[in-house]
Amino acid sequence: MYRATICLLMLTLVSGCSDQWGWYVVDPTTKNGAVNLQFLLSGLYYTVLLSVTAISISVVVGLLIALPGLSSSRPMRVVSRTYVEVVRAVPILVLILWVYYGLPQLSGLTITVFWAGVIALALSDSAFEAEIFRAGIQSIAKGQYEAAHSISLSYADTMRFVILPQAIRRILPALGNQLVYMLKMSSLVSVIGMQELTRKANELVVSEYRPLEIYTILVLEYLVLILIVSAGVRWLERRMQSDERN
Amino acid sequence: MGEGAEPIIRFEAVDKFFGSFQVLKKISLEVALGERVVVCGPSGSGKSTLIRCINGLEQHEAGTLSVEGTKLGQDHASLNRVRSSVGMVFQQFNLFPHLTVIENLMLGPVRARKLPREEARDLAQRYLERVRIPEQADKYPRQLSGGQQQRVAIARSLCMEPRIMLFDEPTSALDPEMINEVLDVMTELAESGMTMICVTHEMGFARRVADKMVFMDHGEIVEEAGPETFFNTPKSRRCQDFLQKILQH
Repeated sequence: MYRATICLLMLTLVSGCSDQWGWYVVDPTTKNGAVNLQFLLSGLYYTVLLSVTAISISVVVGLLIALPGLSSSRPMRVVSRTYVEVVRAVPILVLILWVYYGLPQLSGLTITVFWAGVIALALSDSAFEAEIFRAGIQSIAKGQYEAAHSISLSYADTMRFVILPQAIRRILPALGNQLVYMLKMSSLVSVIGMQELTRKANELVVSEYRPLEIYTILVLEYLVLILIVSAGVRWLERRMQSDERN
Repeated sequence: MGEGAEPIIRFEAVDKFFGSFQVLKKISLEVALGERVVVCGPSGSGKSTLIRCINGLEQHEAGTLSVEGTKLGQDHASLNRVRSSVGMVFQQFNLFPHLTVIENLMLGPVRARKLPREEARDLAQRYLERVRIPEQADKYPRQLSGGQQQRVAIARSLCMEPRIMLFDEPTSALDPEMINEVLDVMTELAESGMTMICVTHEMGFARRVADKMVFMDHGEIVEEAGPETFFNTPKSRRCQDFLQKILQH
């Protein structure tokens, strides 16, 4: 958090000694500045909602893709592998455009901007989540499966009570990384008109003609958001570790 | 071990391959209810594979293997029936590190045997007392010594109330001073009448509890005899050599 404060401080200093900056557009002490600032911050809601919804879906889908990838049946592995390779190869921006403009034509359903964004981000991320889960599950020693087998646990129970709880502890840093990545990639959904942080900033720039200040605020918004997420993930890691040690 | 009693485990000409390498060659072996069998032999002789076949951790390729009259390797249901009556203790303990001792013990009874949690907890506590570590119930495995961990692993198997217990080199990963605490628990279990098959190099334990000794080499059962005959007058050259090496110290 202190890094954000330092950045803010530096910027304020710089602004004082250069006539390039015009912080008045977002000066909360003036009426117009306060309105603008509030407008920029109002994008936070959709950025967070979009990212959290998308990652929740992609974690589940990713796990469902990873499990057949670890099966002993070859066709199952091929299906999983193909999904990962194909989805991973599509750029997120392309996927957003395809889902928003292409998918309704294909399926006959109308998709809101929000859900188009969620689907595109979740789809794209699920391939990466699948790889993370695969690595995590493969890192668990064979003896754990054998012990579960010898106390008659079913496959589902073995995964749920023995393998996944251990795998998730190990992949937590990687999952945190993906959440940060998703928060940043959600800015791409602005191209289809999603009213999130980046879109709000773009709109304000058009009316105020102060891109430097407005985009600087945008940078800070993402910075603060992501520092909070990082702190949250670290807290979770610590808590899960102390669970095992205490 | 009554005469004519149906054996609880029966191997008939069982073959097992790892790729093109034959680990088990025409294995035939019978274990009676309540019998204590100790399997020994040089490493790579197939002893672990032999007992791992009994609870379906390995599948045999030829011959028949039946446990309590159920033939293994046919379908999923038969495997489930067999593994629910066979407990196994591993060289590396294989406790679940993210669960406390009591949770390790309760998982099988609650999920597989569908016991209510309270009943499972009582059962677990009872078996912890039996392996003499009731006070460690709420600790995590990593907080225990190796010997304690292996005793927890034995208790975890016993919580499934199996009729057969398999031990795969249960003391090989332990520091010398912890071996006896585990062997004591195993001896007590043997005295209680449990059918046991132990792969071990603890010959003192074998002499004390075994009804039958099995010596394996290169995937074959080379010698099978009562402990008296086995230790005093081994027939085969390979078995004599092995015993000489292992009993030297």
